[in-house]
This record gives sequence, structure tokens and C-alpha cells, in this order.
Amino acid sequence: MSSALLAVSIDETINDSFERVSTFVQDIIFFSVPIAGFPFPLVVGWLAFAAVFFTVYFRAINVRGFTHAIALVKGDYTGPDEVGEVSHFQALATAVSGTVGLGNIAGVAVAITVGGPGATFWMILAGVLSMSTKFTECTLGVKYRRENADGSVSGGPMYYLSRGLAEQGKVRLGKFLAVAFAIFCIFGSLGGGNAFQSNQAFSQLRSVTGGDDGFLGGGSAGVVFGIVMAFFVGVVIIGGIKRIAKVTDKLVPFMAVFYVTSCLIVLGGNLGAIPEAFVLIFEGAFSPDGITGGVVGVLITGFQRAAFSNEAGLGSAPIAHSAVQTNRPVTEGYVALLEPFIDTVVICTMTALTIVITGAYTQVGTEGVQLTSDAFATVLPWFPNVLAVAVVMFAFSTMLAWSYYGAKATAYLFNESKTADLVYKGIFLTFVVIGAASSLDVIIGFSDAMIFAMSIPNLIGVYLLVRVVKRELTEYESGLRSGEIAKVKTTAS
Amino acid sequence: MEVAVVGVDGSEAGSRAAEFAARHVRDASAQLVVVYVVPWSPYTVQTPEENERRRVTKKQEIATAWENVVQPLLDRLQAEGTVTEGIVKHGHPAEVLCDIARERGASHLVVGRRGQSRVRALLFGSTPVNLIQMADVPVTVVP
Repeated sequence: MSSALLAVSIDETINDSFERVSTFVQDIIFFSVPIAGFPFPLVVGWLAFAAVFFTVYFRAINVRGFTHAIALVKGDYTGPDEVGEVSHFQALATAVSGTVGLGNIAGVAVAITVGGPGATFWMILAGVLSMSTKFTECTLGVKYRRENADGSVSGGPMYYLSRGLAEQGKVRLGKFLAVAFAIFCIFGSLGGGNAFQSNQAFSQLRSVTGGDDGFLGGGSAGVVFGIVMAFFVGVVIIGGIKRIAKVTDKLVPFMAVFYVTSCLIVLGGNLGAIPEAFVLIFEGAFSPDGITGGVVGVLITGFQRAAFSNEAGLGSAPIAHSAVQTNRPVTEGYVALLEPFIDTVVICTMTALTIVITGAYTQVGTEGVQLTSDAFATVLPWFPNVLAVAVVMFAFSTMLAWSYYGAKATAYLFNESKTADLVYKGIFLTFVVIGAASSLDVIIGFSDAMIFAMSIPNLIGVYLLVRVVKRELTEYESGLRSGEIAKVKTTAS
Repeated sequence: MEVAVVGVDGSEAGSRAAEFAARHVRDASAQLVVVYVVPWSPYTVQTPEENERRRVTKKQEIATAWENVVQPLLDRLQAEGTVTEGIVKHGHPAEVLCDIARERGASHLVVGRRGQSRVRALLFGSTPVNLIQMADVPVTVVP
């Protein structure tokens, strides 16, 4: 072997071949038309339109359903027979721990790097509107879930696309959309749900251990980190060691609260700068300076990152929400609308404010999670170390969640085949390693493309089934008005 | 007929509590309700796999509690001439015991004590302590 070949480290080899695949996929999914001279990816418009449509169609359910959603999560409507089964809180918590992840930390940083502070405004707006999308898709997830022979429950777009559309006589279309969704979901789980996560986790770890000169600075460190991470993921998803999954699940909510608290501390330390940050965000949203594409560019960036973070319209959440115990599917729709609120309106906004207030985004050359880390370090110098731990935990829990989505899609495609399940999980673990070894651009491009692709079959189906949701909602609301559906009185004092 | 409620959990202390309560109700020619509460909170974080199997798991938990703990105990107590009835439910142990006592108009609640360390009791609470604070009727804690 020539010395020139040897000089190319393993990391770079993986990076090169992956880049070709990634570019190819992106060209298809992010097919763009120029609007005001800025390339407008049609798929982002597709998601934004859906969010607006469902908000109008359900008469601002995202706003007027908010307090009822909280009452449902508190268990105010849980009957005595339902105790011991999956509560609304649990379904929401499971879905949120899959969603809250690097999109909230690294994704926001990417948005601000590309679109400036103004991207925050569009991100929040997209978050609020997409609450309606989640409401709609998660109601369908519960409505058309399937009870398996062993008593377990399977739900998600695969089931509402195939079963829901079959009800309308569109058997073949339903089947086709369900299969397309499942295929995209498998690829999405490998990209954004996996490779992006391990990529960012490695990036933050490398940086806190001394960057290029630290012990993770070597050429093959990414591969080694990827293998270690893949080992732990593998132990859980193939080895069935639930203990590790349980530990992460307990830690993630704690980490999320801790993260938000840290943001508040940083914001508290810069109280005087908050009004100015809002000015920057608003000005940047409507009259951005030096951003490619102007307002349209900022808007697209904000919407794109919001969608990547809260996953509304992609069809992943209905899989997680569908196990809830309820006789009325629409109740889980209500609960699901809290998810983009927690994810985008609360957590992403916190990250964005922190980055804008500290001015960290003006530095040249830092990207992704590094930027967020720098922003925190201006007030809490020790924070990057804690963030590294949080990032690894978030990455891990998101990977577990997406491996579950991917496994459910595989099960649907291959008729619950055990072999297919194992093959899928093997590929999933390989992508953990690929993610850690590749550079950020390649990973973000690929993961975005695959995850956004899921929204195409999913939303076509949701539009076709939207009347079903309307019927469920109308019945439920009249039940609430007549008092037929009322809060359950607890006998405990 | 007077009713007493006893909480059991498959432990030694639980069966001591049941025997104590049985003696007490026989003397008072009262009825004994044996309650097994499967500890359950709707506010925990679960994995998606746990969620999708929850309904099955709940059934299994109830079946196991009946087969291994409640039924054998009922058989034994009835053979000794106690009028008994069994209940298995999910929930917060002290809350469920209080609820059942209230529904049945019980005059007495009996539980065992596991003798857990102070640190454990402080961190996780203990059913007898919670019960003493919540109950509307006298509570007997059997050591």
C-alpha cells in the first residue's frame, strides 16, 4: 500500500464515500424552487403549510386546547380502571425524551449560524403552529393502532396510512404510503436519529478533552468513540439490557430540567441584555443583515430547524404516543400538542436566547453544539463539561428512541420478522460509528433529507384522514360541553 | 358486619400482618379484606417497549399477585374460619389502602413493617408512615 493511501485516516475514508451518498439524497429531497432569489426547498413549505392548515382547520387547537392538554396529563380525566396502564403523562414523557435532543442544542446553533438571530423568531412561530400538526397525527396514531396477538400495541403512520385509508376504500394507496413511510423512517432513523447524534456527542467530547490536541484529537478517535457508543446502544437494543435504557430514561428528564435551569442562569447573568436580544431577534426576522436570501432565507432556516427539532409532521411521534391507555384517541392528540411546545417553544428558545445574548454566534468558525457550549462558557466556565455529559445522554436516548421507530418500521415491512429486526439493528449500530467519524455538514445534510422525506407519505395520509380527526374532536368537545366527559373525582383526600 | 383491611405484599411482614388481622377479625366476628397493591405511578418515564407491552404486563402483575400471594393467603385464612375477600389493584399503596378502607366502611387498617433503613424510608417513604398520615381509621403496624 502506498504511503499516500496510508495518510488518509479511517475517518476521512468514511467521510468521503458518505459524502457522495449524502449529496445524491439531498438533491432529491431538497428539490428547491427559487423564491426572491433564495432556493426554497419545497419540503419545508410542505411542513409549514401543513402546520398552518391544521391550525386553521381545527380552529387554533394549539391555543385553545392547551389547558385541556395539561389537565389530561395531570390525570384529571383518568378513570379508576385505567390505573396501571400507560398514562397520558407517560406517553408524552416517552415521546419527549425521544424528541428533546441535539436538535435543541446543536440544531438551534446551526439555525443561528446560518440565519442569524432572526431565525429564532421563525423557529418559535413554526413550533407554535406545528402543535396542531402533532395533534392531528397523534390522534390518528391512537385511532388506528393495532393490538397484536401477544397483547402489545403497535401504532404510527404505518398503521393509520394502511388501515385508515383502507376504510375509505383506498387500500392500495394506503399500503403504498405506509410502505414508503416505513422505508423513509428506517433511513431517517439511521441519519438524524442516529448518525447526527453520535456526531455531535463526539464533537462536544473532543472539544472538552482538549480539541485536536486532546486524547480524542487523533484521526481515528471518532471511530473508537463510535464503536464504544455503538456497544452501549447494542447492549440495549440487541442484548435487551433494559437497565441501561431505564437509567437513561430517568436521567433525560433530569438533564432537560437541568439544561433549562442553566439557560436561565446564563440569562439571569445577562438580564440587561435581554431586551436587546429580543430586538436582534425581531429585526433579524424581518430585515436581516447580510444573510443570504434575506427574510425568506431566515424564515426557511428557522422553519427547517424547528421541524428537525420537534419532528411535527414527520410521523415519528405517533409511534411513541400510540401506546397510551384511552378510549378516546383525540385525548392523546391534545397531549401531543404539548410536545412541540416543550421542545421548540421552551427549550429551543432557551438555547437561542443564550446564544444570542452572549453574542457567541458572532464568532467565526464554531458550529453546532460547539457554539452553544461557548455561549454557556461565557457565564459558567465549567458548563462545557456538563454539557458534554448532557449531550451524550441526549444523544443516547434519542438513538434508543429512533432505533425503536426504525425497528417498528422494519417490523411492519417484514411482517415482524426476527431476522429483519436483527439486520436492521446491526445496520443501525454501524451508523453510530459512521456518524462519529463524519464531519458535520455531510451528516446534517443526509439526516435532514431522510427525516424530511418521512413527511411526504405521512402528511398525504393525514390530509386524507383529517375528517376522521375532525369527527373525533367534535364528538369529544360536545361530550365535554354536555358534561358526559368530566373530571374523575378522586376519593383520596 | 364490621370490616378490617389488611395490606399484603408477599413479604414476611405482610403475612404476619394478615395473621394478626385475621385473629382480630375472628374475635370480633368481622370480615377481612386482603389487599395487594402493585406499586404504580402514572408519572414515571418508561421506554417505548415498556409502553407497548404495558397492558400485558399489568395483567401479568395482577395474575402473579393473585397466584403467589393473595390466593394462598385467602385459602389459609378461610380454612382457619376467617371471612375474607381479596383485592389486587395498581396504584400508590397507602392511597389505595385508604380508598378501599373508605369504600368498604372499614373500621381498622393493618399493615406490616419491613424494617427498612432510615435512609431508605427517608428517600422513598414507607407505606406504614404514609398510611398513618392519611388514614381516616385506626392503623395497626405489625412489626
